Amino acid sequence: MAEGESDNITKIVVISSDSVLPVDAAMKIYQSNTDIVIKETCFGTMVTGPRDAVNRVVKEVVDLDRNHIFVKERGFLPGDERRCRSSRGGGPRPGFHYLRHEVQMLPTIGKALDAYDRKAPLKEAKQKKKLDVDKLEDLIESQL
Amino acid sequence: MVKVIIYPTNSLILSDLVERFGHQPVAMMEKIKEKISTVSVDSPPLNITAEEPKMGLKYAAVEVPAGVRGRMSIVGPMIEEAQAGIIVNESPMAFGCMGCARTNELTKYLIRQRDIPVLEVDYPRGDNEEEAKEFVYRIAEFLKSLPKDEEEDKA
Repeated sequence: MAEGESDNITKIVVISSDSVLPVDAAMKIYQSNTDIVIKETCFGTMVTGPRDAVNRVVKEVVDLDRNHIFVKERGFLPGDERRCRSSRGGGPRPGFHYLRHEVQMLPTIGKALDAYDRKAPLKEAKQKKKLDVDKLEDLIESQL
Repeated sequence: MVKVIIYPTNSLILSDLVERFGHQPVAMMEKIKEKISTVSVDSPPLNITAEEPKMGLKYAAVEVPAGVRGRMSIVGPMIEEAQAGIIVNESPMAFGCMGCARTNELTKYLIRQRDIPVLEVDYPRGDNEEEAKEFVYRIAEFLKSLPKDEEEDKA
């Protein structure tokens, strides 16, 4: 990598909002007057550029719907040969499965953040317990 | 602001929550970025050099597979750097590309061994809202209990 890129960062902005679409976030980023590069993806956008500019733009996007837009840094630039599917012969890129797994959880996490902001009282969550040995024995015997 | 190591080390949710509540996540992504933007490491598709398994000897013995030691050469310094930690147990996807089961066990063990505040929670299952609320509530309260200003930790 070139030395000048050392303070460039990439952030993944994942949108799980009912009111903000990935295209809204992309438009917001396009409107910002900075030299950043964005890539629209199925779950949101990837923003690359100088650290300050990226942080500022990402904050603007997150402020659209604070509790339902999630951000993390990414190691590789979008299109990096070592990750890009076009040069690896297709298939999901490394890390995609984990991201997809977490994206499925985001609606409930967003609601939980809303509840936390409202200071809603916490109900006791029903913990799933392992089946009692005695109960299992009863079940087996009842089948006979 | 405190440096909080997260486990799973590449989690979007944890990284976001730590940053949201005013702290700095110590996550795999930024360490990988440091690695791959170093001029000497530019050999697709590898991210590490042959030196890494040697560096990993600090955390795992020589008979441990090189993959564990290679991963620990990145994760180990992250654990040393951290001033607090969040471990999410029962994470079904923390296996595969991101690491192997033994690396994950060693990572959790080393985080617990450090004398730092550590929170352990479980991932909410599916769309269970009560579990998600408890997950967010516990993490938020833990992060709020950590000191906000960088005070003494310059040494």
